[in-house]
Amino acid sequence: MSYIFLYALVGMGLFTLGLYALIIHAHLLRKILAINIMGSGVFLVLVALAARTEGAAPDPVPHAMVITGIVVAVSATALALALMLRVRSETGRAELDEEPLSKFDD
Amino acid sequence: MIEMHWVVIVILLPLTGAVVCFLWPRQTVVSGLITAVGLFASVLGLTWQVLEQGALRYAVGGWGAPLGIDLYVDGLSLLMLIVTAVVGLAISVYSSAYFRLDRAKHFWPLWLFLWAALNALFLSADIFNIYVTLELMGLAAVALVALSGGANALTAAMRYLLVSLLGSLFYLMGVALLYHSYGSVDIAILSQRVESSPAVWVAIGLMVAGLLLKTALFPLHFWLPPAHSSAPAPVSALLSALVVKASFYILLRLWLEVFPLTNTVPGQFALGQFGLAQILGLLGAAAVLWGGIQALRQTRLKLLVAYSTVLQIGYLFLAFPLASIIGWKAALYLLLAHAVAKTAMFMAAGNILFYGGHDRIADLDRVAQRLPLTLSAFGLAGISLMGLPPSGGFIAKWLLLEAAIRSGQWWWGLMLIVGGLLTGAYVFKVIGYAFTRSDLPHEPGFVPKRMEWVALVMALLAIVLGLFAPLPLALLEIGSPFGESLR
Amino acid sequence: MNWDTWLPLLIVLSSLLVALVIFVLPEDRSKTRTTLNLGGAALKIVLVGIMVWGVFNGHHYETRLPLLPGLDLVLRADALSMLFVALSAGLWMLTTVYAVGYLEDSPHRSRFFGFFSLCVTATVGVALAGNLITFLLFYELLTLATYPLIVHRGTEAARKAGRTYLIYTLAGGALLLLATIWLYTLTGTLEFTARGFLSTLDSSHHPVLVIIFVLLITGLGVKAAIFPLHGWLPQAMVAPAPVSALLHAVAVVKAGAFGIIRVVYDVFGIEFSASLGVTLPLAIVAAVTIIYASMRALFQDDLKRRLAFSTVSQVSYIILGIAIVGPMATIGGMVHLVHQGVMKITLFFCAGNLAETLGIHKISEMNGVGRRMPWTMAAFTIGAFGMIGAPPLAGFISKWYLGLGALEAGQDWVIFVLAGSSLLNAGYFLPILYVSWFKEPAGSWPAERCFGRYETALALLAPPVITAILALTLGLLASAPFSPLEWARFITTLEYAP
Repeated sequence: MSYIFLYALVGMGLFTLGLYALIIHAHLLRKILAINIMGSGVFLVLVALAARTEGAAPDPVPHAMVITGIVVAVSATALALALMLRVRSETGRAELDEEPLSKFDD
Repeated sequence: MIEMHWVVIVILLPLTGAVVCFLWPRQTVVSGLITAVGLFASVLGLTWQVLEQGALRYAVGGWGAPLGIDLYVDGLSLLMLIVTAVVGLAISVYSSAYFRLDRAKHFWPLWLFLWAALNALFLSADIFNIYVTLELMGLAAVALVALSGGANALTAAMRYLLVSLLGSLFYLMGVALLYHSYGSVDIAILSQRVESSPAVWVAIGLMVAGLLLKTALFPLHFWLPPAHSSAPAPVSALLSALVVKASFYILLRLWLEVFPLTNTVPGQFALGQFGLAQILGLLGAAAVLWGGIQALRQTRLKLLVAYSTVLQIGYLFLAFPLASIIGWKAALYLLLAHAVAKTAMFMAAGNILFYGGHDRIADLDRVAQRLPLTLSAFGLAGISLMGLPPSGGFIAKWLLLEAAIRSGQWWWGLMLIVGGLLTGAYVFKVIGYAFTRSDLPHEPGFVPKRMEWVALVMALLAIVLGLFAPLPLALLEIGSPFGESLR
Repeated sequence: MNWDTWLPLLIVLSSLLVALVIFVLPEDRSKTRTTLNLGGAALKIVLVGIMVWGVFNGHHYETRLPLLPGLDLVLRADALSMLFVALSAGLWMLTTVYAVGYLEDSPHRSRFFGFFSLCVTATVGVALAGNLITFLLFYELLTLATYPLIVHRGTEAARKAGRTYLIYTLAGGALLLLATIWLYTLTGTLEFTARGFLSTLDSSHHPVLVIIFVLLITGLGVKAAIFPLHGWLPQAMVAPAPVSALLHAVAVVKAGAFGIIRVVYDVFGIEFSASLGVTLPLAIVAAVTIIYASMRALFQDDLKRRLAFSTVSQVSYIILGIAIVGPMATIGGMVHLVHQGVMKITLFFCAGNLAETLGIHKISEMNGVGRRMPWTMAAFTIGAFGMIGAPPLAGFISKWYLGLGALEAGQDWVIFVLAGSSLLNAGYFLPILYVSWFKEPAGSWPAERCFGRYETALALLAPPVITAILALTLGLLASAPFSPLEWARFITTLEYAP
């Protein structure tokens, strides 16, 4: 078990932790943070596993992927935060309903 | 003759159009429509090219993989591009009358970005590029759902965004694991290298789970009905017709090319994939039942149509356990027919909403007399969804039933029959109320004729697809995306 | 492409195009609409006439369009299809005239006549279908085209009746689809062939074939209103009278019965069906339907409902004739397809006249109506006697051949069914005739309207009189060339191995 795998396992751990938080927390800001932590977990896995063979220079391609991924994550977070603020101003609270369809019933 | 780079044009054109629409909001509708028509023509150009030359691989800017980005077109991706172009053009025309300028200036750039993302997704030759396009598509789609404002739409959009991001991250984790194991994200290379290993299994599990969430297969469909029903009608149409299909396309692509692991220990992985296929089939069957029953219970028209999408997505997954070329073709024909019919149906629902100011099914109040074109569109689209002849839905249902009986798994075929009857029940529930008088007569609103006619043309197209099936089916053969590796 | 390959398609298009044009026609263009309707009907009759003559002289008419790889849409003229095509083309003309008179000045006529034409298109398509998938296509089209006619009035009762109709027919259609595909995976072909195409299959498939037979007959039996699948028919009576006439005499129930003929004769083959042992159960089901529906008819006071149960009973004569294996019975069953159509349409036209002119819907309101509307009631009387099977009317010919066929095939029990049913027919028709001719009128009629010179509008009066005369002629001149009876004989020589 090399240290690379340790990093990868930490990444997996972050991913799982984020998933847990996403499900458990009701507040939208926490959910958005949770998603970001999950994303960081994935990026960590990608970067760690870039060192495919011991000692050799790491593969640059996953690094490029992570940079792309970060760009995507930043824009997604921006959209999510903007939406959260709108939800809050419309409904008065930054949470989602438990029962998504209840308000559609007559 | 100069070789046209249609493959790149179908991505760059909508991107440019989106920027133009954004920068000059006063001319946004005109620029948007011009882009849509141009894009339709470009896809026709690409189709012509592929018919002449066969499947194409294109290295963008001359940089090949692994550093550059490769684009790839075969029959499967071409069909998806064509569906997108046809539905996209119709939605563009419909939207040009549907939105007032204050909404239109937001709608057009977002919609063209979405279109670009869809086209890029279908043309991607590597699984990481697919991730990027998937995210681009997701973000544009979420913004479109939020377009109508209001608490319902915003919370639905928010939920949709979280689900979409979650699904993408699952998928990306799978990509990371596959890249680590095989040092490539190119689908063609992966399909030769992938072998059965725990890492691959985890990767497959993560990717399938993420994509199922985005495709809204039962029981992961919870986000779809609120999102699809609270969006403006043209947005609902493109979400149901195109966006959920995109993640289905990725799943199918991976299933056909990356997952089959032909060079593995005989039987070992095949058995695993067999098991997974059975699970997908079961979930599909459950989606058919649940979607159908829920659709039947709805009192709001747009929610009914949204649940109908849940049902139809279930149909698509019935093809997995059949695992035959005819089954895949059936699923894709279903996808095509559903995209066209569901577009027509959401447009019709949008017209009814425009007209009466509400979409309570029991108070439709003689829509049959007042909006005959719209109701015809609804009915004809319903015929295709039910799978009655002659319609695109019928051809798909016929092929899928044939595949089910030929593979000795007739029970999957039975789900098609049940789904067809459920669909019949909810479609005619609406039509029945459209003939009768309601207690609450309302002030009729004005529905632009263009919106009625586009809906009808799409519905007629769904019917005509039943008469010209050999053409699209032959198109699917290009580059033999279904390969020989199938059982 | 030449005339022979175009003619079947033209016959279908002659009403399809009319339907499409009428849909987009403004409501107030009633002259144009009527011209189109009658023009289309006349053109169809001419084309059918040419085709009947051609088929008799050995011409081969066939239109083929590819539907799926290996599967075509086929429209083909053979002797059997001619019987049904001629019936629907002829009766469509009369029903159109009647409907134009009946719906004068009522709303939504464009929609009504559009679907009306679509309905006939589907019926003609069912008749001309050259394989099972084409048949299925038009059979489902028929379901869809009749639905708007049933809910046409837009009342709550109409909506409910429409719903019942759809539950029955869509479920039936689903069974038919399943059976068709199953058959296709077994044989790779669905082409209708005289004496069937399944007898060459390996005998290990026979149990499956029995299941498929049951599925097919159940699917078709819904429209043919075989007991216990007949529930939709009496409910569908809320529709306007021309629709009832069309449903009962020409289109829907006949499409079901015709489909059963096709399946038994041209898919399985009558002799092969008999060897599978499926014909006797079918005959028994038909016999039960005949008796049961006649009993139900006895207790209906609503005139249209009584006629509806009578239809359920009479259509099963056709099926009974098919299921008794023997040339004579086959002739009887097939000829009844035409005879029942002509007689039943007369009765429905008359019922519509009573409702439209005097507001009469119930038999208990019919006292003395024969004096007020002698022509209508005379036509009704001929139709009723025909149904009972009194010579020399058309119904007598059918029953005579059915009886002969039963004796020929050694199925003597059928005679009792026929006799019992005739008694019951008399039981529910004669009282109507009695009250309307011999009882004193009760004073005023429920809702009387005046229509100029005749007892009712000419467009309403002429069709039943013509069909009544036709019912009489078909009986009197049963052996003339090109009569339905002669044509049924002609078909029978093709369906039984020499």
